Amino acid sequence: MTASHKPVPKPTPETQPFWDGTAEGRLRIQRCLACSRHYFYPRPACPHCGSDDVTWVTASGRATLYSYVINHRPAPGFEQDGPYAIAVVELEEGVRMMTNIVGVEITPENLPLDMELRVVFEQRGDVHVPLFTPASAGAAV
Amino acid sequence: MNIVIAGAAETDELGKLPHMSTAQLHLQAARNALADAGMTKADIDGVATVGMPGPIQIAHELGITPAWLDGTGVGGSSFLFHVRHAAAAIRAGLCTTVLITHGESGRSRIGAPRPALGPDSLIGQFELPYGVLGPPTMFTLTALRYMKETGLTHEQLAEVAVAQRRWAHLNPRAMYQDLITVEDVLASRMVAYPFHLLECCLVTDGGGALIVTTEERARRSPVYLLGSGESAESPIISQMEDFTTSAAFRRSGEAAFAEAGISHDDVDHLMIYDAFAHVPIYGLEDLGFVKRGEAGPFIAEGHTSPGGRLPLNTNGGGLSYTHTGMYGMFAIQESVRQLRGEAAAQVPGVEVGVVLGNGGMFASAATLVLSNHRP
Repeated sequence: MTASHKPVPKPTPETQPFWDGTAEGRLRIQRCLACSRHYFYPRPACPHCGSDDVTWVTASGRATLYSYVINHRPAPGFEQDGPYAIAVVELEEGVRMMTNIVGVEITPENLPLDMELRVVFEQRGDVHVPLFTPASAGAAV
Repeated sequence: MNIVIAGAAETDELGKLPHMSTAQLHLQAARNALADAGMTKADIDGVATVGMPGPIQIAHELGITPAWLDGTGVGGSSFLFHVRHAAAAIRAGLCTTVLITHGESGRSRIGAPRPALGPDSLIGQFELPYGVLGPPTMFTLTALRYMKETGLTHEQLAEVAVAQRRWAHLNPRAMYQDLITVEDVLASRMVAYPFHLLECCLVTDGGGALIVTTEERARRSPVYLLGSGESAESPIISQMEDFTTSAAFRRSGEAAFAEAGISHDDVDHLMIYDAFAHVPIYGLEDLGFVKRGEAGPFIAEGHTSPGGRLPLNTNGGGLSYTHTGMYGMFAIQESVRQLRGEAAAQVPGVEVGVVLGNGGMFASAATLVLSNHRP
């Protein structure tokens, strides 16, 4: 799946492991070895306890729908999508991230909050972007 | 030392002003505020502003050689921060009289290139790839979670716009003045579900300026700064800790109320930055005027409308009065007008006013407690 006209994120040194992970089909987040909590977005030290004894782990890819909007004024690159869901999902590990919901017709009725989701990846240029789809949906997106 | 707002004014016009650059909007507002204060540029030794062209150019264009500058730029709340920082600087003896300016060609974009957000920025990596397109697709993201957890209805959300239009109906300077109904709001174009066009702020050109100094230096009846507070949360909306309450609203409000030594019953008039219809709902709850989940019904029952017990956003707000992009300046201006008894939709007997400013998308916040009575 490619979407070459959509915005392509450009990794920085502290985020490179995240984007290396998505290229391998893995959703990687950071975990603090001092307080055992996960965190996102990528940072050099734990925002909870301040420790820099942190590591990268692969998240399960399971998430729930925390909140969203259905955008009717498309951003550049999204003109062909029709109204699309800009969502914030909560990973099983407790961190949240923005994403799009794919693989389902985008209506309020199809997108109840707290519905179960799983990660899929979309290639854009050299980067793979994590998107989410209903956990009940088939493998193809 | 009592710190006061000794001058306050907006640009002559607000709305669509393609004949004026961003700098011109700043300078006209500054001259109007000086005239309002009965002062000249020779009285000013401190300058604060946000964005381009910034405090150096504003001071230089006005012919002011400043002893103190503040370019704190934390979004539309910046001017509330400037008031707070100016008060601290004056008390510390760094300067005596501060000019705070705002000018923004938000609609016409004259002399104001949009800042580019690179693909390697935080938002460029973790939000822009998902097709966000400005505040209507980001600030709004919290609302469905708030609605699920509190039971706020679409009709109650629409009532925020209806209530503020009632105030704008009384204000000849408001961009939109015709009364509207909940049905009108829900029938307006969908921008980003659950937000319809009439639940989103205007985009306008305009400016405003303030002069902050000591009570002794004021040349007209001043508005006293009784207390202030500031805070911040996440730089990107997706990382806001709890989508149903703003930590920055809460912290800034608590600090301002504590310094002022006031309780909620003391507040006669309230301004809450309303970029979108849900923001006043969060503000009412996070400042502690109502309990969690009560703000929607409170507004729908008319308590914030003309004749209500807590007049809110009495200029019409960002939804109906004006919204250049950094609206906080206009919230302060309306609070000052109400405290002077000069507002278009004047509330009788206002003695204490509170202003809550938002910056970014729940990213920063500051609160001011103002009064026409000496503390």
